[in-house]
Amino acid sequence: MMEAQYRAPGSVDEAVALMAGAGGKGRVLAGGTDLLVQMRAGMVAPGLIVDVKRIAEMTAISQIAGAWRVGAAVTGAEIHDHAGLKKAWPGVVEAINLIGSKQVQGRASAGGNLCNASPAADSVPALVAAGAIATVQGPNGRREVPVEQIPAGPGKTSLKPGEIVVSFTLPARPAGSGDAYLRLIPRTEMDIAVVGCGVNLTMKDGTCTAARVALGAVAPTVLLVEGAAKALVGSKLDDKAIEAAAAACRAACKPIDDKRGTIVYRTKIAGVLLKRAVAIAAERARSN
Amino acid sequence: MSKTHVTTTINGEPTEYLCEASQSMLDVLRDELDLTGTKEGCGSGDCGACSIIVDDRLVCACLMLGAEAEGRRVLTIEGMSHGDKLHPLQQKFIEMAALQCGVCTPGMLIAAKALLDRNPNPSETEVRFGLAGNLCRCTGYDKIVRAVLDVAAEQRETTR
Amino acid sequence: MSEQRRYKWVGTRQNRPDGADKVTGRARFGADFNLPGELVGKVLRSPHAHAVIKSIDVSKAAALPGVKAVVTGADFPEQPDQLLPAGEMQVNLRDVTRNVMAKEKALYEGHAIAAVAATTAAVAQEALSLIKVDYEVLPHVIDVQEAMKDGAPILHPHMRTDGVKPAPEKASNIAKRLEFNKGDAAAGFGKADIVIEREFTTQPVHQGYIEPHAALASAAEDGQVQLWTTTQGHFQVRGFCCRLLNLETSQLRVTPSEIGGGFGGKTVVYLEPVAIRLSQKAGKPVKMVMSREEVFRASGPTSGGWVKVKMGAKKDGTIVAADITVALQAGAFAGSPVGPSCMCSMACYDVENIHVVGYDVVSNRPKVAAYRAPGAPISAWAVESVVDMVAQELNIDPIDLRLKNAAKQGTKTHYGPTFGVIGMVETLEAAKASPHYKSKVKPGYARGVAAGFWFNVGADSSAAAHVGEDGSVTIISGNPDIGGSRASLALMAAEELGIDYKKVRPIVADTASIGFNFVTGGSRVTFATGLAVVNATRDMIGQLKQRAAKLWEVDVDAVVWEDGEARPSSTNVGKFEPLSLAKLAASASRTGGPINGHAQLNAQGAGPGFGVHIVDLKVDPDTGICTIDRYTAVQDVGTAIHPSYVEGQLQGGAAQGIGWALNEEYIYDAKGRLLNPGFLDYRMPVASDLPMIETVLVEVPNPAHPYGVRGVGEVPIIPPMAAIGSAIARATGVRMVDLPISPPRLSAALDAATPRMAAE
Repeated sequence: MMEAQYRAPGSVDEAVALMAGAGGKGRVLAGGTDLLVQMRAGMVAPGLIVDVKRIAEMTAISQIAGAWRVGAAVTGAEIHDHAGLKKAWPGVVEAINLIGSKQVQGRASAGGNLCNASPAADSVPALVAAGAIATVQGPNGRREVPVEQIPAGPGKTSLKPGEIVVSFTLPARPAGSGDAYLRLIPRTEMDIAVVGCGVNLTMKDGTCTAARVALGAVAPTVLLVEGAAKALVGSKLDDKAIEAAAAACRAACKPIDDKRGTIVYRTKIAGVLLKRAVAIAAERARSN
Repeated sequence: MSKTHVTTTINGEPTEYLCEASQSMLDVLRDELDLTGTKEGCGSGDCGACSIIVDDRLVCACLMLGAEAEGRRVLTIEGMSHGDKLHPLQQKFIEMAALQCGVCTPGMLIAAKALLDRNPNPSETEVRFGLAGNLCRCTGYDKIVRAVLDVAAEQRETTR
Repeated sequence: MSEQRRYKWVGTRQNRPDGADKVTGRARFGADFNLPGELVGKVLRSPHAHAVIKSIDVSKAAALPGVKAVVTGADFPEQPDQLLPAGEMQVNLRDVTRNVMAKEKALYEGHAIAAVAATTAAVAQEALSLIKVDYEVLPHVIDVQEAMKDGAPILHPHMRTDGVKPAPEKASNIAKRLEFNKGDAAAGFGKADIVIEREFTTQPVHQGYIEPHAALASAAEDGQVQLWTTTQGHFQVRGFCCRLLNLETSQLRVTPSEIGGGFGGKTVVYLEPVAIRLSQKAGKPVKMVMSREEVFRASGPTSGGWVKVKMGAKKDGTIVAADITVALQAGAFAGSPVGPSCMCSMACYDVENIHVVGYDVVSNRPKVAAYRAPGAPISAWAVESVVDMVAQELNIDPIDLRLKNAAKQGTKTHYGPTFGVIGMVETLEAAKASPHYKSKVKPGYARGVAAGFWFNVGADSSAAAHVGEDGSVTIISGNPDIGGSRASLALMAAEELGIDYKKVRPIVADTASIGFNFVTGGSRVTFATGLAVVNATRDMIGQLKQRAAKLWEVDVDAVVWEDGEARPSSTNVGKFEPLSLAKLAASASRTGGPINGHAQLNAQGAGPGFGVHIVDLKVDPDTGICTIDRYTAVQDVGTAIHPSYVEGQLQGGAAQGIGWALNEEYIYDAKGRLLNPGFLDYRMPVASDLPMIETVLVEVPNPAHPYGVRGVGEVPIIPPMAAIGSAIARATGVRMVDLPISPPRLSAALDAATPRMAAE
C-alpha cells in the first residue's frame, strides 16, 4: 500500500513544482472539506498532499485599483470577517459563506469549491455572475481564466495537469452595481444547493445597464445564462423583463432527477430564485 | 512508511506527535493522543460532533489532517474547563438539562464557545445558525439554545 | 398543577449525576474503549439488494500479513425458528443470525457478508477488498405495496403468510396478517353522516443517533468473554450473543458504555456477535466501529408504510366507525412493528365500531429496528390526518372534535384492554387552554393539531441500594442512561430515604454486577426500573429500621423512618435520639453487617400516555418550503420526576417527528442501493430549522407506581406528522398524503392543485 506524503510549501512556485513531481498523484489541499471526505470514502488516494494554506498569495485578500483579489485558499470565515469585500461584493461573500456549517466555513475556500467541480457549488454561480477571473499557475506559468471556463462537468475541471488556482479577481465596476446569490435547500443549513442563482447588475437612472446571471445545480456545470442577462439589460427591471429573464433561466436548465430534487422542481425554482435574486441585487445596486 | 512529525499546542500544552499524512486530526486526537472527548458522528463534516477550535476558528477535526496542526493552537473539549472549574457553558448545560445522551455535547459546547467568543450578544436566530453545524438528535435544540443565550446574558452582565 | 409540592425531591430540577463527565469529554461512549493489543474489525457488505451467495473465498484476505481472523456466515451456528423480545419488538433467532452475517443470500445492500480482524484499519480495509464473493444477483423489491403483489421477487421461499385461513401454500413476502375488531364497522358506517376515505404513505426513517454502533470484545482461551458496547440493553446483548454463539450467559460479561442516542435502534445486535467471534478466532481483543454510512445501510431504520383509513362521523362530530388497513415493510426479515401500529391507530378515541387489518411485509431493505413508539407514528399520520379532515368537513374545532370522541377510563380498546386511569381528556383540555392554542394565528400562517397514544412498557428490572460506611448511598441498576434516567432514579431514592439528592450516587452496572434488566426502551426505565429502585430502597429502609431497633433494643415495629433517620414511632417506645443513616452505617458491623437493599420485579401496570401537539407554520407557495413558527407539545406524563428531562423527551420527540414529516427519508436507486447514507442527504433537523418547542406537562398520576410515573419518551414522536400535514392543509387547501412533505413534493402538489401555475 502506498502511503501518502504531506507537504506545506511556502510559495506557489514550490507548490507547482511539488505537483509536477507527483506525476498526477498529487492533490491540492486547501480547506480539505471535500478532499478529506473523498479520501475517507476511498474515492481518491493521493500520493502527495500539497497543503496551500501556508502560501501568502493564496491566503490573502487585497484591493488593486478597485478590483479585489481573493486568494484561492482564503477560508469562508476570513471572507465573512472582511468588511471591505463584503461591502463591494455582498453576493459573492454570501455565496461563499453558504458553503457548509460554521465549522466548514473555518476551512472551506472558494478555490476548493471551484476545483471540486460540483455542479452545485455555491460560490461558483456568484463568481461567474461577478465576472471573476481566476489566476491559474502550472508548469507552463500563469494564465488568467474566466471562472465559468474552469468547470468541465461533475468532478472535472479544464485545468491542465499540475495547474493550481491561485486567486480570483473580482473586477472594478461602476457605481450603481450590486450582486446577490440565493440557493434553495430543503433545510435552512447544512445542505447542498438544489438550485443556486447568482445575479450581478448595474443600474443607471433606474435602467439596468449591465447584467450577468449564473445558475448552479441545474446542469453538469454552472451556467452563465446570457438570455437572462439580455432580458434584464435595457429594462427598468419591470415584471415583464424579470419574467422574461426567469423564463430564460428555466429554458437554460438541463437538470437531472436525483436525491436532491426533480427536473420539474429544479426548473421551476431556477425561475423563482432569479426573480428573488434580481430584487436583492437591484436593491443593492440602487443604494450603491 | 514515513510519518509526519508535528509540533503543536493542544489545550495550552506543547505537544508533539507522529501521524500518517492522510490521518485526520480527529484520528490523531482520539487514537494517538487519547483525547476521546472529541467524538466521531459521521467523518464527513455533517454532524459537528468532532468540533475543535484551531487558531480561534471553529473546525471539524474530521475535515483537517493531523499534519496541518503544525505550529497551530488547538482547543478540544478537554481544554474547556480550568482546573476544577467548569466553563460557564459547561455549567449551564448541566443546570438547564441541555444534554440528554451527551454524545453531541462536546462538539456543541466547543461550537457554542466559538460563537460567543465572536458574538457575545447573539440573537436566538444567530445561536440557531451558529450551531446549525452540530446535530443533536435528543433535545430538539430548545434547551441548548436557551443555555447558550443564558450564558451570553450572564457574561454580558458580569463584564459590564 | 398545585403549587404546593407533594415531594421534597421528586419534581425538582437537579443536576444530573453524569453531567460533569458529559460536558468535559470524560464520559466514555462506545468507540472510546480500547484494550492493549486490540485488533480492528471491519465488515464486508453486500453491494446488491438481493443476491444468492454462491461462494465466498477468503483465502487471499486471510493470507494478508496483519490479518488475524476472518469470519463468514459459516462461523455462526444455525438457529431455531424462535421469537425473542428485542426492545418493543420481537425478532426470530433464525433471522437474527442471518442479519448479523448473511448465510445463503444477501437480502439488502449493506447486508454483512464477511468480516476481518487485522492489526490496523488500513490492513483490515485492504483485506476486505481481497475477499471474493460470487453472487447471483436476483430481482429485488423495495416498496411495500410492490412487495405484496403477486409475482414480486420472493425474499424467503419458506415464508407463508401467517394469520390467513386456510394456510396459504404459496410463498409470499407478507409474513403475517393481523386483524382487530370492535363492534361492527360495516354497520357503523351506516350511521355516519359523512365518510372520509384516504390512503397515506410514509418512507422509512432512521433513528439517527449521533453515535455509531461500536463494540469491543475480548475472548479468552478458557471461553470467558468480555464485551464493551453501546446499547440500550446490555442484558439483551448478552442474551443474543450467547444464543448466536452457543455461550452460557455466565461466560459473557457485557459492560455498557455511555450511549450516544438509541431511540430503539440500539436494542438489537449487529457488531457484537461478530466482534466476539473474531476475537475468539484471533485470540486477541477486537474493536469494531460502524461508519455513518454503515449505520444507514445496515442498522435501523423503522418501517415505511401504506395506510388506508375510512372514517365515518355524525354531523355532531361523533366518530361512529373506522376501518383501517396498515401495511408496514419489515426490511429483509419479518417483524415490522405492525402490531403496535394497528393497536395505537385508534387508541386515542372511544369509537364503537373499529376494524383494523395489518400486514407485515418483507422487502430488500435493512431489517427494521424499533424507533420511538414503533409503528404508532405511521398509523397516527393517517388516522389523525383523517380526524382533521372530519373536523374541517364538519367545521368543528379539531380539539373539540377530539374531546367529543376522547378515550377515557373505562373505554374498551379495539385491541382488547379497557383503559384504567388515563389522561387523554386532560391533555386535550390543557392543549386547548395552552398559551399557544389561545393565541391568534398570525396572518399568512396556519395551525395544525394532532394527538398520539403509546401503551408504555413495564417488564423486568433489578436494582440494588448500598449504604456506604459514611451513610451515603449508591443505587445500582442495569439500564443504560440515555437521557437522564440516573437523575430520575436518584431523585426517587432520595425521596424514599429522605436524604439529600447529592448523597445518592446512581450507577449503571454491567451484566455481572446486577440482576437482569430489560432494555432501556418502550419508555419503561423511570417506571419499571424506578419501581425496582424504590423497592430496593424500601428494602434497605427495612434493614435500617431493624438496625435501629437492635441498637434501641425495641421491636422493629416501634421504629419509623423519617427525613433520613430512624425515629421511635411514638413516645411510648422510649426516649431515643434519632439515628441518621451515617450513624447506622457506622455501627453496621455491630448490628448485622453491611446494609443493602435489593429488588427484582416484573413491572405491571405501565400507564398509557397521550399527547397533543400544536403547530403554526407557513408555506412558501413558490418553493414548497415549510417554515415552522411555533410548536407546542402537550402530554400526560403521569408525574414528572425530573421535569427538565421530561420536557426534553417531549422536545426531542417532536423534533424527530418534524424531521419525519418534512425531510427525512430513505432514497433508493433502481438497483435497490441507498442513495443517501449520510447526514448531508438524510436531512435531520438542524438547530436553525426549528423554533423553541414549548411543552405543557399534564400530570395524571399512574396508580400502579408509587410516584405516579408514566413513560414519556415515546408519545411525542407520534403527533407531529399529522399536526404538520393538517396545518399545511389549512394553509394551502392541499391535503398531503405522502411523507415526507419535502419541498419538491409539496411544490408539485401545490402546482397540481393550481394548474395555472404549473402551466407557466
